[in-house]
Amino acid sequence: MRSVSFTVNGVAHELELEPRELLVYVLRERLGLTGTVVGCDTSSCGACTVLLDGESVKACTILGVQADGAAITTIEGLAENGSLHPLQELFHEHHALQCGYCTSGMVLAAVSLLAENPSPTSDEIRHALEGNICRCTGYQNIVDAIEAAAR
Amino acid sequence: MIPAPFDYEVAESVDHAIALLADREDSKVLAGGHSLLPLLRLRVTRPSVLVDVGRLDELSYVRDAGTSIAIGALTRHHDVATAPLLQEHNPFVSYVAGLVGDPQVRHRGTIGGSLAHGDPAADLPAVLLALDGEIDIAGAAGVRTVASADFFLGVFETAVGPQEIVTEVRVPKLTAEHGWSYLKFRRRSLDWATVGVAAFARRSNGDIGEPAIALVSMGATPLRARASEAAWASGQDPGPFADEGTDPPGDTNGSAEYRKHLVKVLVRRAAEEASRH
Repeated sequence: MRSVSFTVNGVAHELELEPRELLVYVLRERLGLTGTVVGCDTSSCGACTVLLDGESVKACTILGVQADGAAITTIEGLAENGSLHPLQELFHEHHALQCGYCTSGMVLAAVSLLAENPSPTSDEIRHALEGNICRCTGYQNIVDAIEAAAR
Repeated sequence: MIPAPFDYEVAESVDHAIALLADREDSKVLAGGHSLLPLLRLRVTRPSVLVDVGRLDELSYVRDAGTSIAIGALTRHHDVATAPLLQEHNPFVSYVAGLVGDPQVRHRGTIGGSLAHGDPAADLPAVLLALDGEIDIAGAAGVRTVASADFFLGVFETAVGPQEIVTEVRVPKLTAEHGWSYLKFRRRSLDWATVGVAAFARRSNGDIGEPAIALVSMGATPLRARASEAAWASGQDPGPFADEGTDPPGDTNGSAEYRKHLVKVLVRRAAEEASRH
């Protein structure tokens, strides 16, 4: 076991982790933050995307111990003072989901994109979502929602 | 899938990493982990200890090294893709780093990790081979420099020994005379290349000089397509010769026969693009 400390959505945590514990399971099973979901478990689908020090990563491909000292943001941490994050609002407004399983990963991938490139083109948005698969294939409304946020 | 148990050590310096690796026979280096962790989860590999070099910030840099650009081994693909020095002096490398995996992978994966892993389906090894880049490898005896042509030995096998780590990669500075292209064929944008082609040449008065063509996923290592290079230098279409000396795998992305056809198409297109670019 190894002592690890990091913040998740601004809250400090100190945990004793087995090195083989993947970050996604630390978030879900140790901290109860089940908004981060496991899709493919093979770093393909992006459903488990979270922000590590502000950048999108796939939590199924990072060990909990690798996150020692980091600031992690999950979908539960985007809303502030009871108001949804603008991207959450726009996903709602544009109906940018069907079954909703990919949504938390899509939103966090979009937050990371807009932090790096505040006004992406439609083409850039599509490329930035390369690591996030919507199995319902509802991409058009997702791109529309992110385009609306970029304006 | 959960990896089999392993111990975990954090390296505090390059020397410390080398000492930690030497402590146990089946140790393994962990950098960004985007090649290693999938293998651990599939239990394809079961090291007893991971030596995490991911906190060695001194190995994350892009520097002007005179005639070349030096890239620290722990520089992430995202940083290689966006580094102004590379965009100015070797946009070929930054362009291809921006095509590796997807944004999440590029936020974690490192250039040194990609090279040391030795996956013949990876993008950056072929680019390094086409550019005749150099790789520094540190071990107990110090640092040695290996040419890219001598670096890739087999599937997941490179010149990096079990108790060594890659510390730096150097690529030449390009000029306006240089043309390049990287074409990667895959079914989904986040997939590994079914076939990839890196083409690079110096153009002068319509002639092609020093042509280099390197192939992804056409054998156990990235390969130089020598017959195609000779054809390209003599003004011929290099495409028809592109499968000479290759031994591509057959898998769910395509049969060996399909890859041998595809590589001819991609080499012709890449050479055309590099001649114009």
